[in-house]
Amino acid sequence: MLESILITVATAATPLLIAAIGELVVERSGVLNLGVEGMMIMGAITGFAVALTTGSPWLGIFAAIIVGALVSLLFGFLTLTLVTNQVATGLALTLFGLGLSGMIGESFVGRPGIRLGTLDIPVLGDLPLVGRLIFGQDPLFYISIMLTAAVAYFLFSTRAGLMLRAVGDNHVSAHAQGIKVVRIRYLAVMFGGACAGLAGAYLSLVYTPQWVENMTAGRGWIALALVVFASWRPWRVVAGAYLFGGVTIGQLHAQAQALAIPSQLLSSLPYLATIAVLVIISRNRRLTMMNTPASLGRPFVPDR
Amino acid sequence: MKHTLKAIAAAAVMAFAANGQALAQDKTKACFIYVGPIGDFGWSYQHHQGLLDVEEAMGDAVETAYLESVPEGADAERAIERFARSGCDIIFTTSFGYMDPTNKVAGRFPDVKFEHATGYKREHPNVSTYNSRFYEGRYIQGVIAAKMSEAGVAGYIASFPIPEVVMGINAFVLGAQSINPEFKVKVVWANTWFDPGKEADAAKALIDQGVDIITQHTDSTAPMQVAADRGIKAFGQASDMIEFGPETQLTSIVDDWGPYYIERVKAVHEGTWEQVDVWAGLKEGHVVMAPYKNMPDDVAALAKETEEKIRSGEFHPFTGPIKKQDGSDWLAEGEVADDATLLGMNFYVEGVDDQLPN
Amino acid sequence: MRLELIKRPQQSPLFSALSPFLALGLTLIAGAIMFLALGKNPFSALYFFFIDPLLEVWSLHELAVKAAPLILIGVGLSICYLSNNWNIGAEGQFIVGAIAGSILPILFPAFQSWIVLPLMLLMGIAGGAAYGAVPAVLKARFGTNEILTSLMLVYVAQLFLDWLVRGPWRNPEGFNFPETRNFHSYAILPEMLPASGRAHWGFAFAIIAAILLWFMLARTLKGFEVKVIGQSPRAGRFAGFSRTRMIIFAFLVSGGLAGLAGISEVSGAIGQLRPSISPGYGFTAIIVAFLGRLNPLGIIAAGLVLALSYLGGEAAQISIGVTDKVARAFQGMLLFFVLACDTLIHYRIRLVKPAPALAAAPANERVEKHA
Repeated sequence: MLESILITVATAATPLLIAAIGELVVERSGVLNLGVEGMMIMGAITGFAVALTTGSPWLGIFAAIIVGALVSLLFGFLTLTLVTNQVATGLALTLFGLGLSGMIGESFVGRPGIRLGTLDIPVLGDLPLVGRLIFGQDPLFYISIMLTAAVAYFLFSTRAGLMLRAVGDNHVSAHAQGIKVVRIRYLAVMFGGACAGLAGAYLSLVYTPQWVENMTAGRGWIALALVVFASWRPWRVVAGAYLFGGVTIGQLHAQAQALAIPSQLLSSLPYLATIAVLVIISRNRRLTMMNTPASLGRPFVPDR
Repeated sequence: MKHTLKAIAAAAVMAFAANGQALAQDKTKACFIYVGPIGDFGWSYQHHQGLLDVEEAMGDAVETAYLESVPEGADAERAIERFARSGCDIIFTTSFGYMDPTNKVAGRFPDVKFEHATGYKREHPNVSTYNSRFYEGRYIQGVIAAKMSEAGVAGYIASFPIPEVVMGINAFVLGAQSINPEFKVKVVWANTWFDPGKEADAAKALIDQGVDIITQHTDSTAPMQVAADRGIKAFGQASDMIEFGPETQLTSIVDDWGPYYIERVKAVHEGTWEQVDVWAGLKEGHVVMAPYKNMPDDVAALAKETEEKIRSGEFHPFTGPIKKQDGSDWLAEGEVADDATLLGMNFYVEGVDDQLPN
Repeated sequence: MRLELIKRPQQSPLFSALSPFLALGLTLIAGAIMFLALGKNPFSALYFFFIDPLLEVWSLHELAVKAAPLILIGVGLSICYLSNNWNIGAEGQFIVGAIAGSILPILFPAFQSWIVLPLMLLMGIAGGAAYGAVPAVLKARFGTNEILTSLMLVYVAQLFLDWLVRGPWRNPEGFNFPETRNFHSYAILPEMLPASGRAHWGFAFAIIAAILLWFMLARTLKGFEVKVIGQSPRAGRFAGFSRTRMIIFAFLVSGGLAGLAGISEVSGAIGQLRPSISPGYGFTAIIVAFLGRLNPLGIIAAGLVLALSYLGGEAAQISIGVTDKVARAFQGMLLFFVLACDTLIHYRIRLVKPAPALAAAPANERVEKHA
C-alpha cells in the first residue's frame, strides 16, 4: 500500500516538477512568464489530439513540446522584441491558451485517450517494496528527474549556464561583456514553453488520459509558485513538488479515514504547508538573495 | 474610411434584420445558461445534449442559443437579462447558483418563461423549477455494489457537502445494506465538481485504503479510468462512461434532460406553459441507467428488478426502518421520507464511514 | 530582416494617445480574419463585441458593475507594482474583505440601522488589508517571497469561504443549500440610478479611489517615495525611505481596496455570500493594472475596456453563436495588441535588413545626439 501511495504522489508531482523546472530556467534568465497555465493547457490538447489521431503517445508528447515552445515564442516576441510588460503578457497568454485549447478540443470531448504505458522491467520491477517505485513508473517520471539533473548541471557547471545566470542577474553588465541577452532569453523562454507543453501532455496522456476543457485546473499556477518556493534552485523544485503532491494525497487519505475535520481545512493544507516551509527556509536571507535573479521581470533593450 | 463606415452600418442593419426575421416566422427561442464549459463531458455537457434534443425534435419551430461557463455571482444576472432582452421566449438556468438572479430577472420580464434547475424559489408565476431524482439510481448502484464487492467497502468520491450529494450517499448506502447489512462506504470530498487530476488522486487514495468499488459524484471520467487501471469496478456519473472503462463500468446514472426540455419548449410554442415544480426520476425518463455490464447475470437481473420496482412506484429507496448515523431513529417501519426532508438532507444514515461537517 | 527598437528621448504624447486606437485597428483586422476562418460574419461579430453592449442604458450599467471591482483592485495593485511588491493574491484579499464585511448582516441580522452599511464597508477594507498584511509581514520580517505567499493564500481564502457558507454561516432557512441568508435592506449597497439599471455605488468608490491614488502618486511625497523605492531601492535608502514600511504600506493599500471591492460586490451585486463570489477579478485586475500603465487614471480606462470585452463576448455568443472559447481567445488577442502597441510610446520600431553595419550607424548617432 505504501508503495502505491508513493507512486500516486509521484504522479501528482511530476507535471508540477516538469513545468516548474522549465519556468525556473526562464526566470533564471530574468524573464517572468506567468503564462505557464496557458502553455500547459495547449500542450495537453496537442498531446491528446496528436496521440489519438496518430495512435502514438510519443508523437503526441513530441508535438506537445513543439507547440508549447511555439506558444512561448509568441510570449517571447512580445516581451523580448517588443518589450511589452511581462506580467500582463503572461496573463494574456493564459487567457489565450485556455480559449484556443477549448476551440481545438471541441471535437475531442468525451473520447477516451491513449495512455502512455509504464516501464515494465522484469525482475527489477518485482523487487519487494521499491520495485515498482523505482523501476515501474511511467517514462516521463524518469525524464522529469533527468531533466532536473540536466538543468542543475547546465546552470551551475557549464559556461552557457553561467551566461544565462549572468543575463538574469544583471542584463546591462552581461550585455556589456558581449553576451547576447535577448537571444539567450529567447532560448530560455522556449525551453520553458517546451517543458510546460510536456507537463500538459503528461496530464492528458499519463495522469488522466482524456481531454476536457480547463483540465490543468490551476496546476500552472502551482508550478510558478514552486519556482519561488525552490529559491530558483533545481533540486529544491523536486522537494517542493513532492511536498505539495505528498500533502495533497495525504489529505485525501486522511479524509478516507473519516477524521472529524472539515475537508476544506484538509484541502488547504498543501498551500499552508508550502508557505510554512518557505518561511522557515527564507529566514536565511543571504542564501535567498544570492539565488534570486536580480533582473527578474525587468525589460531590456540593447543599446548600440 | 467611408467604406469602413458603410460596412459597419451594413453589419448593424443585418443584425437587426436577423432579429426581425426571427419574430416574423414565429419561432420559439429557447435559451440555456451553463455553469461549466459544454466540453466538461459532465453536468453542462448533458444539459447541452438536451438543447440538441430540442433542436432535433422541433426543427424549424425552434431557435436556440446558449452561454457556457457563466460564473455564479454578479455575472449570472447580466447573462440572464441579456437573454431576456434578446428575444428568448424561455430561458433554462442550469445551476443552483442561478436561483436568485433567475427570480430577479423573471420579475422584470413577466412575458418570458424561466426554468431553474435544482433550486426551490419560484417567486414569480413565470418561474418553474426542475430537478431529477438521481438518488433512485444511486440506490440501484448500492445494490449492485454490495453484490459485487468482496471487501464490503465502497469508495465514494464526493464533490461538496450539499443535500443533493448527501442524499446520494445515503441512497447508495441503503441500497447496499439491503443486500449486506454490514456494508460500509468511505467518502472523500474532492471540494471540486471538476478537476480530473484531483478526482483521479481521490480514487487512488480510496483504492489504497482497501475499497474495491468506486462511485463518484464529481463530473470527470478520471475515476473510471483509475478504476480500470487498478482492475476494480466502478460506476459512471452524468453520462454513459462505458468507453472510458469497457470492462470497468457496471452502470451509470445518465442525466437525460432532453424529454423535459422538449416538453417545456413545446408548451411555450403552443401557449400552454404553466408554472411547475418538477422532481422526476426513472419513471419519467429523466434518470436513465446505462446498460448493466461487467456483472453476473443474476446481479444484472436483481438490478433490473430493483429499477422496475422504483419506476413503478412499488418501492421508494427511503423507506423505513432507517436509523441516522448516530443511531437515532429517522423513519419507522414502512414510513417513506417526504420530499422536503430529502431536498434539505444534511445527515447521514447508519453505515456511512465519514463525518459530515455540522 | 529583424525588428529593432530605438528608445525615444521622451515618451511620445502622440503615441500615448494613439496606441489604443492602433491596437483596436489591429485587433479588428486580426479578429475579422479569425471570425472569417470560423465561418462567422466578421462585421457582425465585431459589432456585437465592441458596439452592441454600449448601445443600451442597462448594458452600460452592467459595464459599470463589471468594471468596478477590476478598477478598485487594479489601482491598489498599481501601488504594489510601482513599489516593486509582487502581490498576486488580490483575489484572496477580495474574498476575505467580502467575508469580513458580511459579518454584521449574517451573524447579527436583527441589527438593522443606517450605520450597518458604513460599518460593513469599513470591516471589508480592514479584512482585505489584514489578509494583505500576511504576505507583507512575512516579506518584511523573514524575507519570504510574496509571489508564493500571496498566491497560496488565495486558495486558502477560497476554501475558507467555502467552509463558511456550507457550514456555520449557512442560511438557516435555506434547506441546507450552500449560501448564507440574504442581506437585509440596510446591508445592501444602493444602486446609483435604480430607474435605469443596477450599477451600484461600488463604481463610484472605484472612480474616487483611482482619483485619490492618482493625486497621491503625482502630487505627494508618499507618491514620490513609492516610485523611488520601486525604481531604485538604493536611492530610496539614501533618501531615508524605509523599504520595510513601504512593503507594509503597499500591501495594506492594495489589500484594503481589494477588500472594499469584495464587500461592494457582495452587498451591491450579489446580496449574500456564496461558495464563489468572484470569477477571478483579483487575477484579471493584474492585467488591468498593467494595461493602465500603472497609472490610476489609465486603470479606469483599462478596467472599462476589459469589462467591455467580457460583455461583448457574451453578446457575440448569444447573437452569432461563437463559443465562449472563441471569446476568450479573442480577448487574449486584444490584450496582445494593446500591450504591443504601447511599446510605441517609448520606442520607435525599425525594420533592419541583414548586413546592417553601414545603414544603421548614422541613424544611431542621430538618436544618441538627441538623447
